[in-house]
Amino acid sequence: MEKMETVVKGKPEALCATFDRKEGSDKQTTHYCPGCGHGRVHKLIAEALSDMGLGDKTVFISPVGCSVFAYYYMNTGNVQAPHGRAPAVATGVSRANPNSIVISYQGDGDLAAIGTAEILHAANRGEHLSVFFINNAIYGMTGGQMAPTTLLGQKTQTTPRGRSAMNEGHPIRMAEIIATLEAPIYVERTSCTDTKGIMKTRKAIRKAIKLQSEKKGFTFVEILTACPTGWKKTPSDSIKWIQNELEPYFKPGVYKDVSDKAEPLHRPEMIMDSEEIFKSLGLKKGKTPSSSAAAVEEKRIKIAGFGGQGALTAGVMMATAGMNEGLNVSWIPSYGPEMRGGTANCSVIVSSKRIGNPLVRNPNILIAMNGPSLDAFENDVVQGGTIVVNSSLIERKLSRSDVKAVYVPLTDIAAKVGLKAAANSVALGVFLGLENIFSREGIYEVLKTSLKKKDALEINIKAVNAGFEFAKTL
Amino acid sequence: MKKELIKGNEAVIKGAILSGCTHFFGYPITPASEIAQAAAHYLPLTGRTFIQAESEIAAINMVYGAASAGVRTMTASSGPGLSLKQEGISYLAGAELPAVIVDVMRAGPGLGNIFPEQSDYNQMVKGGGHGDYKNVVLAPNCAQEMCDMTMQAFELADQYRVTVVVLTDGNIGQTMEPVEFPEEVKKAPFKEWSVQGDAKTRKNLITSIYMSTDALSKLNIRLQKKYAEIEAKEQMWEDFLIDGAEMVVVAYGIMSRISQNAIEELRAKGLKVGMMRPKTLFPFPKKRLQELAKTAKTFFVTEMCAGQMIDDVKLAIEHRRPVEFYGCYGGRTPAVEELKEAIELAYKKMVR
Repeated sequence: MEKMETVVKGKPEALCATFDRKEGSDKQTTHYCPGCGHGRVHKLIAEALSDMGLGDKTVFISPVGCSVFAYYYMNTGNVQAPHGRAPAVATGVSRANPNSIVISYQGDGDLAAIGTAEILHAANRGEHLSVFFINNAIYGMTGGQMAPTTLLGQKTQTTPRGRSAMNEGHPIRMAEIIATLEAPIYVERTSCTDTKGIMKTRKAIRKAIKLQSEKKGFTFVEILTACPTGWKKTPSDSIKWIQNELEPYFKPGVYKDVSDKAEPLHRPEMIMDSEEIFKSLGLKKGKTPSSSAAAVEEKRIKIAGFGGQGALTAGVMMATAGMNEGLNVSWIPSYGPEMRGGTANCSVIVSSKRIGNPLVRNPNILIAMNGPSLDAFENDVVQGGTIVVNSSLIERKLSRSDVKAVYVPLTDIAAKVGLKAAANSVALGVFLGLENIFSREGIYEVLKTSLKKKDALEINIKAVNAGFEFAKTL
Repeated sequence: MKKELIKGNEAVIKGAILSGCTHFFGYPITPASEIAQAAAHYLPLTGRTFIQAESEIAAINMVYGAASAGVRTMTASSGPGLSLKQEGISYLAGAELPAVIVDVMRAGPGLGNIFPEQSDYNQMVKGGGHGDYKNVVLAPNCAQEMCDMTMQAFELADQYRVTVVVLTDGNIGQTMEPVEFPEEVKKAPFKEWSVQGDAKTRKNLITSIYMSTDALSKLNIRLQKKYAEIEAKEQMWEDFLIDGAEMVVVAYGIMSRISQNAIEELRAKGLKVGMMRPKTLFPFPKKRLQELAKTAKTFFVTEMCAGQMIDDVKLAIEHRRPVEFYGCYGGRTPAVEELKEAIELAYKKMVR
């Protein structure tokens, strides 16, 4: 590894002196074909990093494609990504270490076909990345198949008669698309062909990396390069082909540059103090009793009503009060589309024993806050069980005689104490009056922690008391 | 800490933060969305990162990136989302990156529905993506375990550099139960192999590509050795009324809760039935099953699917005892009564 860090004349520090990770005996030359653009672009990136002293800070993401082995050459931290996912991987790297310089290096298949979602959204989030997009209009690594940027009429292994707009659609212009997004601060396309083009590419790469080092946001440089092997052309014919065919369709130029107005964006500092973390999670120090004074035979309760009646909330309060007294409890709502349809119900179990199935199918106690709830669950109640019927809204009587029927005008009592919506608290009071499981004070405590407004708290306490008193008159 | 009545899905996130998880990447899906919602609420309060990714695929790759960079990171989803994540999970295995994934199973195949099932067993326990790899799979059956096993998942993930899956179902995710959170915040250990954008880790490379057959063989040998070590050391289970059991019920997650009720009632009737609940699905508690096979006459597997874990039970006991099965699918959770009848029927067959 020490060997990699020695600087050899002609190679920038951020390029490995010898390519020790490369398979085989040749550790001096790259695996790229003669005339391929990757090597040149790698070197331009490495030079920029070296000149700016960023080698240590850089994480280079290699894509899938010919540049999958970029880590043979880049003397930086390296992460190899799944096909098309480099911008998502880069997002993870950058968010984990916001001070690192993250380079997402991608080819045209990787970025503009299989990875279109990832690049668009990383760009749209304004991730602190420099994306270098190598567009050579062909799939090189897999042997010369069509790329999303293959020109119309261009023959490839999968467009043997030439790309047709009708069958394959048109070549896609990524720099133009990225430039339409709000977040990117700098988007340019260059052509890495003649000296002038190479110098422009060099400048664009440096600008993108510099902006990232200043934490200014997302930058994107599309670089037209040659793939003589894939194109079946000589290197010099390839350069001509870029200039005559690719450049007219993929016009080099700056597509967006708001970098002069971009302010540095700093990610928030992480708070490591344990107490602060506990506070943020709402955790309270102390001990909750883990067993109750009195043994409670398992109560399986179902509370049902229409949305807004607070059936689910009443269940949570019941379970919380039970927990605070050292009982085992569980609460599970009916979830999914039905909760949007008007009726809601929850299962609550309170027990001294360890609770098995939290889903209550055959309750000991059913609290039916509206008619449809009674219709739905009346027959499920176990023999000898109890059904609390909200007689304010349910006119009918129970159709069975093997259960205890408790008719309570929950809604009317709630209205009388001042809040119709407190019918669920009245129901809680009735439950306490019927079942001597836990104290009224326990319910008050739960109400106190869940209701922040003082008048709402007072009304709900009144509602609980009214329900309790009503149950005691039965 | 004082106990808190909390949904299993939310307990996952509080446990994760206490474990030192700093980065969550997710995508909404019922019945796992509360996990992402809790992450979105709690993580930023202390400067931690939550991103709603553009897809499940992006989310798992963000996890891949953050894990490469050495932090504790996770994602959560349900069946269809996990299908999309399989590519990323295979890469995580190939690159030996530690990650935690919570799967709150719903009913399939296809879009299926949002109700609970246990039909992701094969895709999470047997690999699911391409290549020879395993996830460690933990199977909580209550809210407390949703917290505890998420915390344990981060430890195991870092210890073995593997993906650890917390495999649960819609019922367990949605149930609120008392949870006692620990009074300690853990930190991710320093990972010397990670890529942190500094001089110390500059020489590091995270990859799963090995062009020579030799190098790839070596990776695979190392992985298999690691899985063998995990199998030897990390099997976890819980016995329930197992003493003298002639029939052993094997169930995990919600089915173990329903089985508990059924077994209690059958024991009261004098049937010699007990339960072995796997708490790890990989490694599967083979040792315990082999022991039980010495005395039990029959095994009875119950799952909320057409039967996936049952294969592991049969293999563990090497087909030495009959293995009966009761499955339930489509998103319907069986009633205690229903399961009790099925066990009783099988029991009668055994005694006859």
